[in-house]
Formats: sequence, structure tokens, C-alpha cells
Amino acid sequence: MSEQRPERPFPPGDYPLVVVGSGPGGIQLSYALGRLGIDHAVLSADEGPGGMFRRWPFFQRLLSWTKPYAPAERGSPAYERYDWNSLLADEPAHRSLMPEFMDGTSYFPSRPEMERNLVAFAERTGVAVRFGTRWTATRVEEDRSGERFVLVTTDGEYRAGAVVFAIGVAEPYVPPSPGLELAAHYADTRAAESYAGRRVFIAGKQNSGFELASGLLPWARQIVLASPSPAKLSVNTRSLVGVRARYVQPFEDHALGGGVFVLDAAIERIERAGDGPFQVSLRRTDGAGEVSLEVDDVIAATGFVTPLLDLPALGVATFGQSRLPAQTAWWESATRPGIFFAGTIGQGAAGLKKHGQPSNSGAVHGARYNARVLAGHLARTRLGRTSQPAAIPPDGLVDRLVREVTINPALWHQKAYLAWVAETDPDGEFRDGGIQPLAHALDSGGGDALVLTLESDGQGSTYPVVYLRTVRGVTEIVLDGDVFLDFGGASHRRALEDAVRRLQSGGSRASNAAHLPATG
Amino acid sequence: MATSDELADAIASMALFVDLSTPELAGVAHTFEERFFPDGERILRQGLRGSGFHVILDGEASVVVDGEQRATLSRGDFFGEVSILLGEPPVADVVALRPLRCLVLDGPSVEAFLVAHPRVMYRMLQAQARRLRNANRWRS
Repeated sequence: MSEQRPERPFPPGDYPLVVVGSGPGGIQLSYALGRLGIDHAVLSADEGPGGMFRRWPFFQRLLSWTKPYAPAERGSPAYERYDWNSLLADEPAHRSLMPEFMDGTSYFPSRPEMERNLVAFAERTGVAVRFGTRWTATRVEEDRSGERFVLVTTDGEYRAGAVVFAIGVAEPYVPPSPGLELAAHYADTRAAESYAGRRVFIAGKQNSGFELASGLLPWARQIVLASPSPAKLSVNTRSLVGVRARYVQPFEDHALGGGVFVLDAAIERIERAGDGPFQVSLRRTDGAGEVSLEVDDVIAATGFVTPLLDLPALGVATFGQSRLPAQTAWWESATRPGIFFAGTIGQGAAGLKKHGQPSNSGAVHGARYNARVLAGHLARTRLGRTSQPAAIPPDGLVDRLVREVTINPALWHQKAYLAWVAETDPDGEFRDGGIQPLAHALDSGGGDALVLTLESDGQGSTYPVVYLRTVRGVTEIVLDGDVFLDFGGASHRRALEDAVRRLQSGGSRASNAAHLPATG
Repeated sequence: MATSDELADAIASMALFVDLSTPELAGVAHTFEERFFPDGERILRQGLRGSGFHVILDGEASVVVDGEQRATLSRGDFFGEVSILLGEPPVADVVALRPLRCLVLDGPSVEAFLVAHPRVMYRMLQAQARRLRNANRWRS
């Protein structure tokens, strides 16, 4: 393969850092590393950028919106709040690329539009990837300089002191339920018209199951969806947890008796005689007994797992049904230092999940900020790039807080997960600690710091939170929300001024969580 | 790593869930989220709102109040429910003593879960009664 494409970058060899994957996570990370001047190689088994968006979603329309016309100017940081799909660039010309490829029929880009957006970003920003190189195995070597990872690939071996895997949660998964192996996985769903007039059973009530149900509404005669626990809806959880509004139509059909049935039930067994219909036996988890039904097709919308190959054998612990790697707040394997993760796998670093609200790390609009933060962390901790954080003049801190809480899209998209941090140095001067994982900012100790986030309580309110970190603990100060999500007004400014004064006067004890009304 | 079925098996013998039928256990395994906390990671933070209800699947955790270790929790123990039931921030840190796996239910979902599973609520009440009894013994 390499003989046919001599121009391919990154031949096998030694690199300071290797990134595996060319989806949005890998591309965004490589871009950020490049802007920091970090030498690294990017390898991908694919033939072009895009990752999962080269193939999915099955019905070719994304769940994540981009508003071509938004309250903020395209290309500005504030616009990122309304654009969930563009990757992040320092250069104005490379920002907010997604709207350029949208045809105006929907504010959810189509899959091909998203793929073109990612390809254009990689090409225009000069992100280089060695495509067609599949990572196949991993081992560890030790030499005088320490431990090095060896990635065995279809093109040869790569050695690096640190590796970042941005390989998606992309391996189809079917749980070991009796007979479910007879089902087609979501990934193997046929063309929609082939389900015309058929009875379809879908195992799974998350977005992939409801995406299929929505797409099959014009075709299938009957659709039954089942999983043990009740389906959640994003409009109720007020987060990305649950079925997104775009796919709720089957629920209405179910409620109005149109031929869709949504059951809370565990699969007892699935049987099939030859090429005949399937017999599906279910046990209701709501106490309503057993149900049996005959269907023509069974689809397992049971999710995907992380294709970690042999990393668990190297000590990478995983958890949950998606086999996500357990990670530190900085997206490093919690059990195998030197192995990092980017892209959607970063959701394995769950953060505080305050009020049950997850980060958006599983989606592009969260992972893109994680990648930028991870690039800086790798530069500082793995590649010796240290620099003194910029000083913040004492009379400029409140202005800075107002600006961060009003505009910074990392805080907006990664609520209670990423934080802007103002740290004090030994002279008592405030310094710009930049964007950090909130869990790290709260728990890392160090000097006094003011930690700023945006947060949501899952009840419809979004509000700024200031944490005062001192040697005596952490104090949480919750500011009021704003009906128009504008936190730059006089009342919020006064609350932020008060928080700064509290830190300067020594903070308060950890148990004294406080609520400072920002009104009046 | 555990599938929902494996999680259902894992919790079947725990005092909290011992009264549940197999389908109900499957529902619990599907409703809770499995999480992993590295050694030394803080799981609950004293004074900070918005934490969840945790049931330990594997590992050990330390209960720390104002920097002082008060108790050690292990498999089958649960924590976080008091602050959720009272709507107040936790009065202790809970820190992983070694790698810890938990089932976690977010705070806003706890009330509906307990109302839908009264036998779990009863077992939780029993556990709280034991804690109260032990605390009273300690004081007397």
C-alpha cells in the first residue's frame, strides 16, 4: 500500500506523540497540537477524514444543529453556541465552516454535508493524516528514556511516549441475550423500502432505535420498540440524555395507536424457524407479565462499543456497556498512564454530572473543546512546553469573568465540565489558568483560585457558578439564571465582583455553599 | 465492563435490591449508569450541590468530613441519598480508596425511582435505621 502512495505522511518510526483516528476528534486534536507546534503523527484506517460521519447516521441526517443565521456573527466565538458541527480554528477564515455546506432544507446538516465540512477543515487547515493505515496491535517497550508504546499497523510500527486514541465508539454491539444474535444490528439495517409492509421489532429505545423507527414509519406495517427501562426524552431531561425531539414521532404514533408500540420489557428469547417469521418473547419490566409477538424483522439498536483492540490487556480499564475506557479528568487512561483519548470516547471522563446533567463530550460540540484543552495538557505534561500564565490586572478580573461567562463557548457547551480558572500566584496576583476540566480545577489543590462555569439544573435553568478554591476547601456560589441566557448584565457583574472580593478576603469554608442572588 | 445482564446479576445479592424480581433487576441495571472512579478521585464533594446516588459494585471509598476520615464503604454500600432526599449539599467528601465501580442514579431521578420500587425504599430505610442505631450507640 505504501509503495502506491509515496506521498503519504508519517512513515513508520518514532514520534513524540501519535494520534489514531481521523474523525472530528482526531482532526480537531491534530489541528490544536499543530497550532502549539507539537510534532505528532496521525494515523487512520479510513481513506479520508470524517470518522463515523463517512457512513452514519443511517438515515443520513445529523442530530446536531447548525444555525446559518444566528444572533451572533458567523466566525465569532459567540456563534459557536449556535453551531454544533464546525471544528474550531484560530484563523477566522477557517471558523464556522459548516453553514457553507448546508443547502438550507434543514438546520440539521445531512451526513454528506457534515462529511464535506470535516474534509474541508482538514484540507484548509493543513491537518495531515496517514490514511489507509490500520492500527492492529499494541505493546510497551522500555528503554533508557522510559516507557514507549509501540503501535503495530498495517504499514509498520510506530513508537511514541504517548498515544491518543480518537477511534470512536463505533464497533456494533449486541448484548448476549438469547436469540438476539439472529437480529440485524443497526449498522446492518437494510434500505428503508425493503421493510415495506413488514412487522419490525427494534431492540433498544435510545436514539438509534428511534431513528430507525422514525425512518421506517412510512414503510413498516407495525413497529415494536422494547428495552427494560422507560425511554427518556431530551425535551424532558433538558440535555442530550434521551431521545432527541427529531425522533419523537414514533412516541406520538404509539400514544395515538397508529401501529407503533413502545414497551418497557426485557427480551426473554428470540426464535426463528428457517427463513420464517421471528417469535419474540418479552418480560415486561413494569410488572405487566410476559408478551409474545411474531415479527418479520428484528433489529438490534443496542449500541456500539469502543474498539480498543488489545488496550485492555495493557491495563486500560473499561466500564459500562459501551466499554468506554476509564479516564482521568484530562482524558488519560485512569489505569494506564500515557494512553489518552479524544473525540466521543472522551465521554468516559464523565466529570461531576451535577444534577444528572452529562457533558457534551460524546458529541462534536463538546469534544471539540476537550481536544483543544487536551492539546495544551499534552504540550505541558508530555512535551515539556511550559509557560507562565498571563497575569490578569486586579482591576481587570471582573471584566474578564463577565466576558468568559457571556461569550466563552467552551463554558456554554461543556456545562459543569469545563471551567475558566483564575489562579493566584505566590505574590497574590491573578493569572489566567485558561480552560480546565472542572473536576481538576476543584480537586487539584494549589493556590487560591476562582473557578467559573455555566451550569444547568435539568429543570430548565442555566446559570453561572463560581467556585472559590482555597486551602480550606471549595465554596460554591450559584448566580441567578437569565431568561434570555444573558449573563453580562449589571446584576451578574455585581455578583461576580462580590465573589472576587470573597476570594480576596480569604474565601469561606467548604461547607458554606452559598447562593448569591444576582437580582437587583 | 459489564453488560446489563451482568449488572443485574451483580446487584441481585445486594441487600438494597434483594427483593426485586429478575425483570425488575434488569430494569434497575438499565436505569442506573455504571461509572468508574480512579484511586483518589473525589466522588461526592462536601458542600457542592447536584450529586447523585451511588451503589458500590466493586472497590472501596472513604467518607471524609472536614478532612477527617469517618468511615469506609465497600461493595453493596450506597451513598449520596441523604443529600438528595434532603435537597442539601453533601456534608462529606466521598473519595475512592482504590479503583471504584459504582452504579449511579442522578439526583433528580431518585424520588421517582424509589416511589416506583417501594421494596428498595424499604431496604434503604432499614439501612438508614441501622446507621442511626449505630450512631446512637456510638454517642451513648
